[in-house]
Amino acid sequence: MATAFSPTIPLHENRTSLPATRLVPPPPSSAFLGSTRSLPIRRLNHALAARRSPVVAVQEIVKEKKPTNSLLITKEEGLVLYEDMILGRSFEDMCAQMYYRGKMFGFVHLYNGQEAVSTGFIKLLTQSDSVVSTYRDHVHALSKGVSARAVMSELFGKVTGCCRGQGGSMHMFSKEHNVLGGFAFIGEGIPVATGAAFTSKYKREVLKQDCDDVTVAFFGDGTCNNGQFYECLNMAALYKLPIIFVVENNLWAIGMSHLRSTSDPEIWKKGPAFGMPGVHVDGMDVLKVREVAKEAVTRARRGEGPTLVECETYRFRGHSLADPDELRDAAEKAKYAARDPITALKKYLIENKLANEAELKSIEKKIDELVEEAVEFADASPQPGRSQLLENVFADPKGFGIGPDGRYRCEDPKFTEGTAQV
Amino acid sequence: MSAILQGGVASTALSPFKTTDSNKLVTAPSRSSLSVRSRSDWSKSFGSRLIARRSQPPLIPNAVATKKTDNAESSTSSKSGHELLLFEALQEGLEEEMDRDPHVCVMGEDVGHYGGSYKVTKGLADKFGDLRVLDTPICENAFTGMGIGAAMTGLRPVIEGMNMGFLLLAFNQISNNCGMLHYTSGGQFTIPVVIRGPGGVGRQLGAEHSQRLESYFQSIPGIQMVACSTPYNAKGLMKAAIRSENPVILFEHVLLYNLKESIPDEEYICNLEEAEMVRPGEHITILTYSRMRYHVMQAAKTLVNKGYDPEVIDIRSLKPFDLYTIGNSVKKTHRVLIVEECMRTGGIGASLTAAINENFHDYLDAPVMCLSSQDVPTPYAGTLEEWTVVQPAQIVTAVEQLCQ
Repeated sequence: MATAFSPTIPLHENRTSLPATRLVPPPPSSAFLGSTRSLPIRRLNHALAARRSPVVAVQEIVKEKKPTNSLLITKEEGLVLYEDMILGRSFEDMCAQMYYRGKMFGFVHLYNGQEAVSTGFIKLLTQSDSVVSTYRDHVHALSKGVSARAVMSELFGKVTGCCRGQGGSMHMFSKEHNVLGGFAFIGEGIPVATGAAFTSKYKREVLKQDCDDVTVAFFGDGTCNNGQFYECLNMAALYKLPIIFVVENNLWAIGMSHLRSTSDPEIWKKGPAFGMPGVHVDGMDVLKVREVAKEAVTRARRGEGPTLVECETYRFRGHSLADPDELRDAAEKAKYAARDPITALKKYLIENKLANEAELKSIEKKIDELVEEAVEFADASPQPGRSQLLENVFADPKGFGIGPDGRYRCEDPKFTEGTAQV
Repeated sequence: MSAILQGGVASTALSPFKTTDSNKLVTAPSRSSLSVRSRSDWSKSFGSRLIARRSQPPLIPNAVATKKTDNAESSTSSKSGHELLLFEALQEGLEEEMDRDPHVCVMGEDVGHYGGSYKVTKGLADKFGDLRVLDTPICENAFTGMGIGAAMTGLRPVIEGMNMGFLLLAFNQISNNCGMLHYTSGGQFTIPVVIRGPGGVGRQLGAEHSQRLESYFQSIPGIQMVACSTPYNAKGLMKAAIRSENPVILFEHVLLYNLKESIPDEEYICNLEEAEMVRPGEHITILTYSRMRYHVMQAAKTLVNKGYDPEVIDIRSLKPFDLYTIGNSVKKTHRVLIVEECMRTGGIGASLTAAINENFHDYLDAPVMCLSSQDVPTPYAGTLEEWTVVQPAQIVTAVEQLCQ
């Protein structure tokens, strides 16, 4: 399949509507391997893929559905999706404001532009399903049900944060909503997600419980060059774990273009190599993502094993708030800005008479108030006291050991004050 | 310790390596190929080397007669105990815990159908099924992470590293997730994993299979580390580690798997944070763990015959240190010798020296001396390998030096 110079990505256009063209390799002297300029595209060989990946042709089905006038969502669903995406967008915009006002620190990675992926998948999950994310996890936590207050407080480093202020932007956890993090190193969460899926299977087969929980692991294009990713694809397919690997391919890993770092940039193809379906979907369209997600989640719940879903998406802001974002082409940014998932859904809802401007405006207003209130709440919350320093290091604080006086360190009254010698 | 007294008068501390039959031994698997269970007379050749080394004048045989201590842990108080080898003790502990709690499961390479490279999980897959005793592919980082994810969602995995050294590949997961997740999640998720495997210097296994990972892991906040050294404490620590809500790393030693001892029939667990008094004494405190315990006890015989009375403590808990037992000993003897198999630089001994100096400086009559392995990749050649590890003669010399 590979040619002498093989990037074959039809990444920038809707592939189904353009004629096939031969790939023209750039001259060998080109210093910039995997250029960020638009490449001439080639129509994907769907037939070959379809034999191994039954789910890959969903986009075609989606397109075919439209003319017959059967809508993909009901009004209620549409409004839920819209509200979730607006929440994600407003929250992230507020984060940026707060960061520049000195209310939050460190590395903050915003999700603007990728809302369709989070909303498309997570709104199909139940509370007991698990979500594992990366450092770009605020919106995954919000979509899963963690309150905006808890996330904002966590970002401000306050006691009322979802992790008591101990995690921060990159470590959003929620036991109640089964958000298993929030990981700073890329790829680190994928084995954890695999483990959560393993527990689901174990509960069903060993403990004989009625458990069809699935796990969704979100990660980026950069992660797809990491060993942990492949190791987990192997194990998930081998053990037929109820997990969905969702690649949020936003084409950039900080300043490293996906094309410059990946020998075969079509990530969805790596699924069939491990014996699971690999799907590519337009990640800027929440309805398409949702259709693919439905299929993948149903597969997992039925015990048929994992799916690899590559969502082509884009982040409107830089990698983090510290990233000047000078490397990306303005034209590329503009092209994706025109495909803003929120605008697209709004258009869909209005065109198909599922909602009117007023209803959508009221949702936006409601979310604005919610986010403002979250900021106020976070501002008013107390910072962690010294007593919290040693509390959660061990689940069983006997782990700090026995001091010279014969008592456990954790029995020292200074332990709860956070000033004990450990 | 009955393990040492086994075999009668002529046996030395190293005699536990004798086995009931040579077929029981499995050569340490190499990373690059599927291990072959070789029914060699490995033990026989080793045994003959052992005899050569033991050429000493007849000594008081029960010089190391232990413990008239109240420390019920290390005594085989029950008359109706049963005798087994260390790996069987580990298996017994594991099996009892798996019977007791259906959430306990095992993951690792070759733990299932193969029965474990050191037979710790032998027969368990037949009894509990392939999902509870999971044969993983060779991907330490991923399956350790998988164990951690499973622990976060309700299971209690026991993750086996075929050789502790292989867990270097899992360092990312052990450090970032195993140790830290409880804290970064604000206490929401517990990670009750046990990570175990054989480490330490074996018999000419080469540098990569002879690593001592306790020094690398000791700085990770949020984990506990224990090292077993006898069948009694192996079973007890295994059970305690599985029951603990904290992530525990259980260090076993390649050469100690065939130690034989009689252990109680009734159920017992060992305390994860406590050290074990092996031999009470008055003149000097010798702190050790794992295999070096046996080198120390062998040296102790010589020392006793020379008129010294060493107090030997197996620290067992490598992180955190049991400063109470250690402190009481220091306050009694005023001299400390640490004998370990870890590297000199940044090893457990280095940390222990610092802790003792910090806490018990006033009680010391002499600087804390620490005997560790050389900062050398363990060579393959037998003679070189012998010189990298602390030998009983060096221990005797060190004690004599400290007790001047």
